[in-house]
Amino acid sequence: MTTPDSVAVAAAPPTGSRVIAGAGIGQGVAIGRVLRASDPLPEPPDTASARTADDERARLASAIGAVAATLRERAEQATGIATDVLEAQAMMVEDETLADEVDGRIENGATAERAVFEAFAAFRETLIGFGGYLAERATDLDDLSQRVVAELTGVPAPGLPRSDEPFVLVARDLAPAETALLDLDKVLALVTIEGGPTSHTAILAREKAIVAVVAATDAANLADGDEVIVDAAAGTIIPSPTTDQADAAKARIAERETALAAPALPGALADGTPVPLLVNLGSADAASSAVDEGAEGVGLFRTEFLFLDARQAPTVEEQQAHYRTLLTAFAGKKVVVRVLDAGADKPLEFLNDAHEDNPALGVRGLRALRSSEDILREQLTALAAADAETDADLWVMAPMVATVEDAAYFTGLAREYGIKTAGVMVEIPSAALIADRILAATDFASIGTNDLTQYTMAADRLLGAVAHLQDPWHPAVLRLIGEVGRAGAATGKPVGVCGEAAADPLLAIVLVGLGAQTLSMSPAALADVRASLRSVTLAQAREAADAALAAVDGASARAAVAALREPGSTNPTPISTPSNGAVS
Amino acid sequence: MVERTVRVGSSHGLHARPAKLFVQAVADAGIQVTIAKGSGKPVSASSILGVISLGIDHGDYVTLATDGDGTADDDATGAVLDSLVEVLVTDHDNA
Repeated sequence: MTTPDSVAVAAAPPTGSRVIAGAGIGQGVAIGRVLRASDPLPEPPDTASARTADDERARLASAIGAVAATLRERAEQATGIATDVLEAQAMMVEDETLADEVDGRIENGATAERAVFEAFAAFRETLIGFGGYLAERATDLDDLSQRVVAELTGVPAPGLPRSDEPFVLVARDLAPAETALLDLDKVLALVTIEGGPTSHTAILAREKAIVAVVAATDAANLADGDEVIVDAAAGTIIPSPTTDQADAAKARIAERETALAAPALPGALADGTPVPLLVNLGSADAASSAVDEGAEGVGLFRTEFLFLDARQAPTVEEQQAHYRTLLTAFAGKKVVVRVLDAGADKPLEFLNDAHEDNPALGVRGLRALRSSEDILREQLTALAAADAETDADLWVMAPMVATVEDAAYFTGLAREYGIKTAGVMVEIPSAALIADRILAATDFASIGTNDLTQYTMAADRLLGAVAHLQDPWHPAVLRLIGEVGRAGAATGKPVGVCGEAAADPLLAIVLVGLGAQTLSMSPAALADVRASLRSVTLAQAREAADAALAAVDGASARAAVAALREPGSTNPTPISTPSNGAVS
Repeated sequence: MVERTVRVGSSHGLHARPAKLFVQAVADAGIQVTIAKGSGKPVSASSILGVISLGIDHGDYVTLATDGDGTADDDATGAVLDSLVEVLVTDHDNA
């Protein structure tokens, strides 16, 4: 979708270095020189100890004490998630089960080093055996094992390089103890050879907005001093970039900085088509900071937090006070509140505590509320009362709507309480497939892409083993979204998207092309999505949507759209035009 | 024996952070508690590695148990277990 004369491809191929692929975290790009984290310590030899068992125990106790003290010290310096993770690591080093395992080995004549190594390795194997999320925690245990062994042998703990010059950190994987103390002024980007999108490296990179590519196996071949471009948006690392590639990356970095620093304009496409950018909120506390970041309203306000810690439903007055705070923060703006979304997967004592074999397919969302209608009636009462006291534009929607009858039921009930705009979430393929008839029975639709993907692909969104199927780029998911977009246009009813998909700047273009009129996301994603949308016209967004719909799977849908956006970077058949310094 | 059976609320199960919060709560409770997944073998609830090694997922049933002697003390012990149950049903990953 870029005109040919703005595109140029270097006549000669790059230096022959292969682009390294991984999983990108976020949208940033960075260029700089590699520094590698030191490689792991060698495995302690399995030889009999020359010391007495008591001597080994004493050495061990002092080493464990020192490591735990270091971890606790770092926990105090760290903030956010990192503090908890570091404290957990300190507890693991001092763990009683570990001590028993180590002690048995020392009793049998092992050195403290070997005993610790083997005991941690046993726990590590157990975790890897579980697969998925727990397997990704195995790195944490490796790090602890190395720290204790280093302390015992009197060598420095394996750790991060230090440099006065900013660098690209390349590591096998990063342990929480390391990521927590990264000097962000010096780290241009993080690259890990192992780890996955749910590893601590990925979580912390997201939290601190560090450019990162994880699970980049071939990054093992990078050496200290290599110049690389790390492109989180594309999930690639380009070793020894050409001058053209480097210039393009620098231009993107500058562009991104300008875009992020610019005052928040309303969401719109390049041709002026407005696409209001809303935020997803889980409590009223974050409302004012979201307004500061340019949120044009709330696209999804989850009300579960009001209920989760409670043994009984909160009173109408308690609820009303929360809704009042929220609506006051967004005076004059649209606020879409979702009524309680609970079920066997999010058990609430007063709502549903029956065991279900398939909670995602069971009595959850509107189904649970219909079986405890008093809770829904109280929530609607509190919402209508808060609305009457404030000036926001309150919309209320129901989760897990499967049928036209569900939509009509909820809309009718909401009207009974004086709710002016009542709508439904489209998360179930049945609702997407007959969206025209669903919309005829209600005021608006909001597409929940996480659940819609889960139900379309028959892949539990919390199960690591099927995580590869949880991809909102999949053309089957996009086609359903397109059905809803089309129904919105045909009926003249608003259609929005809330969920992770709207936070992906490239996918956001596709969603608009499919007919989404508003996008709702976490506040941190607003700036990138805003900039991305402003780079395309509605015709280009529709072209991107068509390209994605025609793909065979999620990865090729993404690649097809990326190729349209940045010809040459991922397009297998780049257009050859005279080089004038653009992307190659 | 005083027991409580409960479903775990954290979306990623009892991994590092939720496990830490739980084990800390056990330590604060000051009594010996065991935890078992389903009908599995109970392990000490004050060992974070023991708890993590059970591989407890979101929605799994776990049983907390502590020695009771059938006296009035059991009520106090039950209250302690109830407070631990609260920690387990909370979704710490979406807090």
